[in-house]
Amino acid sequence: MNILKTYKIYINGQFPRTESGRTYVVNDAEGNPIANVCQSSKKDIRNAVQAARKAFGSWSERSAFNRGQILYRIAEMLEGRKAQFLEELTQQGQSLETAKDEIQLCIDRIVYYAGWCDKYQQILSSVNPVNSSHFNFSMAEPTGVVGILAEQSTGLIGFVSQLMPVIAGGNSVVLIASEQLPLCAITFAEVLETSDLPAGVVNILTGSADEMLPTLAEHMDVNALFLSNVDAEMEKNTQLSAIDNLKRVIVKNDDWTKEDAQGISYISSFQEIKTTWHPIEQIGGATSSY
Amino acid sequence: MKAQKSLFSEIPKSPTIDKVGVEERVSRFQTRSIKGATKMKGLSMVLSMIDLTTLEGKDTPNKVRQMCYKAQHLHNFQEGLPTVAAVCVYPSMVSVAREALKDSTIKIASVSTAFPSGQAPFEVKKIDTQFAIDAGADEIDMVISRGKFLAGEYNFVFDEIAAIKEICGTKRLKVILETGELATLDQVRRASDIAIHAGADFIKTSTGKIQPAATMQVTYTMLMAIRDHFDRTGVMIGMKPAGGISTSKLALHNLVMVKEILGEAWLTNEWFRFGASSLANDVLMQYMKQVTGKYQSADYFTID
Repeated sequence: MNILKTYKIYINGQFPRTESGRTYVVNDAEGNPIANVCQSSKKDIRNAVQAARKAFGSWSERSAFNRGQILYRIAEMLEGRKAQFLEELTQQGQSLETAKDEIQLCIDRIVYYAGWCDKYQQILSSVNPVNSSHFNFSMAEPTGVVGILAEQSTGLIGFVSQLMPVIAGGNSVVLIASEQLPLCAITFAEVLETSDLPAGVVNILTGSADEMLPTLAEHMDVNALFLSNVDAEMEKNTQLSAIDNLKRVIVKNDDWTKEDAQGISYISSFQEIKTTWHPIEQIGGATSSY
Repeated sequence: MKAQKSLFSEIPKSPTIDKVGVEERVSRFQTRSIKGATKMKGLSMVLSMIDLTTLEGKDTPNKVRQMCYKAQHLHNFQEGLPTVAAVCVYPSMVSVAREALKDSTIKIASVSTAFPSGQAPFEVKKIDTQFAIDAGADEIDMVISRGKFLAGEYNFVFDEIAAIKEICGTKRLKVILETGELATLDQVRRASDIAIHAGADFIKTSTGKIQPAATMQVTYTMLMAIRDHFDRTGVMIGMKPAGGISTSKLALHNLVMVKEILGEAWLTNEWFRFGASSLANDVLMQYMKQVTGKYQSADYFTID
């Protein structure tokens, strides 16, 4: 007998079932059932945001270099589990060739963002000339807890391309996986769990975006949202729900399988610029030397 | 002294506590689902029962003033919210709180008798209590001498409580058992009975300095002592769990327990209190969640 695996969700470094107890069946390209997947609820969103908020402080304060090491580790672990991702992607209707390409691109992209971890600060930050005796500088700080609605049309490359720049920048994440292609997202959670990523930095839920996105968008403890290829209606509704705490709502309509769908702009979208005015002492008539 | 001794001998023998049975019963209180209007009412009730507490060595007058301001302005979040029942501070801060609260209906509770350890001479404890009352305290939260209690000197513990009650006069006296140091539920029950007979108006679980603090098992045991006393004498005694109750959910479970063991009469801040510092914010956040339908963020509530 063929026993279907039940894919669980990922909250605070653990793999619980959804609080609601609901599941839905995911089919392969021919319509045969291949897995049971959790249909997460509002309360799972609540729990995930709580975990993300708790994890945010220490993740954002880690040294940038250490975040880079951990992202690189994620790429290594993904490399080691290629076969499982290949099987899940092909089961869900992809050709072997495109699936291989997708996984390879994912690994490359994670390494790419691993490299950015300790470099974007120099590019986004600045020392500003001001007309007073102040040392004035601006620096990038992570936005906070970021909700991500994963690209719905791909199983792996979409959400990986969205997730990596956000955590590279020191944010923590609640991610709603693709409803129809959720398997790789949960398997990816297993990769994250074995990659030295602290618990709660990334939380992954499966289920209906229509049901969960409004809760996430209204949540006062979520600081930004990252949507990919959503229709105008959904974008507008999300913007409206997000208004109460002035959440950033970032929508990117990229084809994530393109090699150039990456860059520092995806990191800077989830950074806040803080400017500091620091008085310069002038001792003994000396001129400013910071 | 003689009179007190004979009174002590009149305390009925404390029953032994079936720990397994208590755990079983308590776990049932925690499965109740309280939603909608009932939840709103419950949350509002919890707020009205809170003794907003700051008992740190680092307490400053401004910290106490700030807490007193908060105690009076919870309804700023939403019209119709009650204030908390009282603020709870060290004796040295009572005068500051008195000035900050002025003619507000919020009461001032002061800990005393060398809180939290209670390891001071009897005379010092009496002075400590008198000082708090003179400074304007409405209620006294005393600690029992756990060392004496554990050494079996129940008479000493009884006499101490009775003497402090005498100083309190009409001010209400809460007796802190510090159950985390009493080791067994049998001892908790014994201490509850002694406190009740020695003149406590309230019995209180903990100082908040020792873990575990107000577990539901301990609170249950103390509520049973109150009920037995009421059944025997018709006299009501108040209950105050303190320490470790930081979520609304746990607070609501406590209310369920009080209602089912003692009945509706105890569901007012005259007979039931929560000693807590972070509970108030969680209750406000849950309340606002019910009002707005949106999950709240600690960023929009006070830090303390």
